[in-house]
Amino acid sequence: MMLARPWLPDALLRPPAVLLLPFADWLNAFSDYLQNDLQLTIFTRAIADVVQFILDVVNNFLLGGRKGLGLPAVPWLTVAALAGLLGYFLGGTRLALLSGGTFTYLALFGQWKLAMQTLALVFVSAPAAVLIGLLLGIAAQRKRWLEVSIAPLLNIAQSLPHFSYLLPVVIFFGVGHHAGAIATIIFATPPMIRMTLLGLKRIQPEIIEAGRTSGCSPRQRLWLVEVPSARQEIMVGINQVIMQCLAMVVIASFIGAPGLGYKLLLLLQSLRIGDAIEIGVSIVLIAIMLDRLTLAWAYRVPEYHGDERFLVRHKYLLGAIALAAVSIAIAALEPYFYFIPRREGLSTGFLWDPIVDWITLNLFDPLQVFRHFVALYILIPVRDLYQWAPFSAVMLLYTGLGWCIGGRTCALLIFSFLGFIALSGWWDRAMITAYMITVAVSVCIVLGLTLGIWASRSPSRAKRALLLCDTFQTFPSFIYLIPVIMLFQVNDLSAIAAVTIYAMIPAVRYTIEGLRNVPVPLQEAVTSAGANRLQRLVQLELPLALPHIMVGINQTVMFSLFMVVIAAFIGTQDLGQEMMRALSFNDLGKGLVLGFCVAFLGLTIDQLVSHWERRRKRELGLAE
Amino acid sequence: MDGKTSGVIRCESLWKIYGPDPGGIFRKHDGAPSDEALKESGHIAAVNNISLEISRGEMLVVMGLSGSGKSTLVRCLSRLVESTAGRVEMDGQDLFALDEKELIELWRHKMGMVFQHFALLPHKTVLENVAFPLQMQGITPDVRRAKALEMIELVGLSGRENYFPRELSGGQQQRVGIARSLAVDPGIWFLDEPFSALDPLIRREMQDEFLRLQEMLKKSIVFITHDFDEALRLADRIAILYHGKVEQIGTPEEIVMNPATDYVARFTSEVPRARVLTVGSFVVAGEGDGVEPVAKDTPIASILRRIVLSPDARIPVVEDNGRHLGVIDRNALLDALFG
Ligand SMILES: Nc1ncnc2c1ncn2[C@@H]1O[C@H](COP(=O)(O)OP(=O)(O)OP(=O)(O)O)[C@@H](O)[C@H]1O
Ligand SMILES: [Mg+2]
Repeated sequence: MMLARPWLPDALLRPPAVLLLPFADWLNAFSDYLQNDLQLTIFTRAIADVVQFILDVVNNFLLGGRKGLGLPAVPWLTVAALAGLLGYFLGGTRLALLSGGTFTYLALFGQWKLAMQTLALVFVSAPAAVLIGLLLGIAAQRKRWLEVSIAPLLNIAQSLPHFSYLLPVVIFFGVGHHAGAIATIIFATPPMIRMTLLGLKRIQPEIIEAGRTSGCSPRQRLWLVEVPSARQEIMVGINQVIMQCLAMVVIASFIGAPGLGYKLLLLLQSLRIGDAIEIGVSIVLIAIMLDRLTLAWAYRVPEYHGDERFLVRHKYLLGAIALAAVSIAIAALEPYFYFIPRREGLSTGFLWDPIVDWITLNLFDPLQVFRHFVALYILIPVRDLYQWAPFSAVMLLYTGLGWCIGGRTCALLIFSFLGFIALSGWWDRAMITAYMITVAVSVCIVLGLTLGIWASRSPSRAKRALLLCDTFQTFPSFIYLIPVIMLFQVNDLSAIAAVTIYAMIPAVRYTIEGLRNVPVPLQEAVTSAGANRLQRLVQLELPLALPHIMVGINQTVMFSLFMVVIAAFIGTQDLGQEMMRALSFNDLGKGLVLGFCVAFLGLTIDQLVSHWERRRKRELGLAE
Repeated sequence: MDGKTSGVIRCESLWKIYGPDPGGIFRKHDGAPSDEALKESGHIAAVNNISLEISRGEMLVVMGLSGSGKSTLVRCLSRLVESTAGRVEMDGQDLFALDEKELIELWRHKMGMVFQHFALLPHKTVLENVAFPLQMQGITPDVRRAKALEMIELVGLSGRENYFPRELSGGQQQRVGIARSLAVDPGIWFLDEPFSALDPLIRREMQDEFLRLQEMLKKSIVFITHDFDEALRLADRIAILYHGKVEQIGTPEEIVMNPATDYVARFTSEVPRARVLTVGSFVVAGEGDGVEPVAKDTPIASILRRIVLSPDARIPVVEDNGRHLGVIDRNALLDALFG
């Protein structure tokens, strides 16, 4: 069909206009119906008020002010001291230093207010998301029909870009503080449902039977046997929720959620890189701290303290009270330990600004050459190819691939995913997104595999690399824009670069894991057959690890879709840019349709890769 | 022991069919689907028309290869899974007629169960695990603590009541499982391969311990194992399962000496006879010649030495109450062993 392009009728080249379905109008009509006819807004605004009130209380606690309960704020010294104690309780000295240090940094560098606004949103959204997710997860485990109907929703929810969550929230809940919290709750709930369900399903049947024969009523069985037995997964779920919350809170700055994200957005828009880096460091520190604290909590094993003396048994509680009292007293005497406003805080700006200046001055020309070269010989040709390919051919190609790899349902799903995009009228934009992703993912695969293989050659190196991956993955994606804008300013290449950095993490991680998990007896067998290291890698390790690596590449695709939409912020012409526009015009229908387009691009690749990976694992006898 | 813990189980024509439509296939064949009919329609009868009775204080050992339906049978008897058809009576009470509340009451008071992989609650200490069934009944903390400590002492774990399961060896974990199942003083005790996950030395030790407990407690027991040696050491009676059917049920001696089917014969062919046969099977009339008498249910392995060392002695056999029965028939005995 590609070759026959000149002779194809126009209708097979671009989706013909008569066929386009006004999905967006339908969605808008539907939302109007919900708002006006069903008066749903009364209901949603009520929720908004409740959320706003809770936010005010938390904010009041952290920042003072007249809203909420009207109490004075807690001094930063107290927060830092208590966080340090919590860190010590959960993970010893290092964690204590990390959590206490993070808060001290935030205070000393005058970012206390912004950071507390961000954290207040996290502290309100995370528990709500955890609770909703836990209950839904439990319900899904009880009721088969619920599980069946929730599973595809979860899949879509996971591949919808962050932005798609913002619009409906704006429409139904308004903009501002509470909207940020609500968008975050909705965004962060799916992983909790998933992990709860997973944990409950993994319980040994014998444990449940033991509960029943011990005479548990259904409720006792749930709360005393099943939920505690699934503790590990549930705790990992909580960790994911908190990390998702942080990522989303930063992005929710687009709908007026205050805090570090909002500030970062303003700074990036006015290209004040030095200050942006400072904010970025704060966000990164908070991310690492929250991640380490919750993980330490998740992997804590129960210990017995029943027969210790009162003082020893409650040492942490008593310590906390003492620390709070002392630090509040200090703060009362010396206002510096109470609150440090922005202008009195330290600043690293003097450090960053020269660096940024130096880069613009000295690297501008070489980077410019590089940029032109890449654009001319890679980006533009690929982009033209995608724009040029008839849509019918692309659909046929992917549906056919789906048929070969995953059979009929897979082909059907892919056909309807791509069909939706074609009929929505956003095919051209979607192809721009697809081209950026193709380039980014290709770079990710090449670099990611290389890095992964290199790192996996020694166990200690692999371990360190995985730790690094973990750390990088906790950063909210927004952060990755900072260095990219610093180097490339604003264009397609910088968007692709940002996507590449962010999306490479899973490629590296899964390559390392796949290669390290090749069974030792097999490695020994191949080595004793006289293979050298390269032969062993090519003949044994890569083929065996490939299915696992493909899981990583699948995630790379998902990550890059998320990032490409965020990168729209630095000026691209794909779906993401349209989405920003929809957001600023409160066009719900359009925004959602665009979101689905992005999700369906991702799900198409996901279908192909996951079917292939499962089949291959079965063939290799690696399936569970 | 009081009435609530008397403990007699009976089941009649019990069926448990797995597959797409167990009830349908069962009715279609008027309650007696043949093996072929089941196989053709993609069903498996994990329990295939089983009737048996366990009397009070008796230990029935259920044996069979992997997949023969042992676990499913106990789960039907305890109603952990719903049977497809049939009837189970516990002390005269129809088990399948109970509603959920009554069933929970039954589990709370009448049954104890021990599992192959221990199934301890990982977030609770030994003491809390053992006290768990009591907690479910709403018994006050002091009372359940005292009772649980008593159970822990009984299984020989005193001093470890504040350990968590992860800090115990396999054998110790199973002791906790046993203590937990005994905490409510049930009349009926189900054990699903309780010692299979333990290594041989510990297994042996646990069997001895178990016999000691049963000596004291006299529960009605359904004990599952796939280890014939274990069955011989413990059983009053053995039921041999094959593809969900009871091939034979009887005392160890009956099963070894008179196998009902080829399968049972093959199954038992490796069993050393001397361990199963008892003196009572080889008695002829006559007076002993003054040597020490033996009880009639002594396994012959333990008197073989006497018989071989003093070939001419006439060893008297007596009943449990001391009544004289006759003397050992040496020839018949040696024939049975070596002939
Ligand atoms: N939930 C189930 N669904 C379908 N088939 C089942 C189910 N549980 C058991 N079966 C089937 O019933 C048969 C009996 O299983 P069961 O677990 O009772 O065997 P078992 O004798 O306990 O074996 P093992 O020694 O391995 O524990 C097996 O063929 C098994 O595949
Ligand atoms: Mg079993």
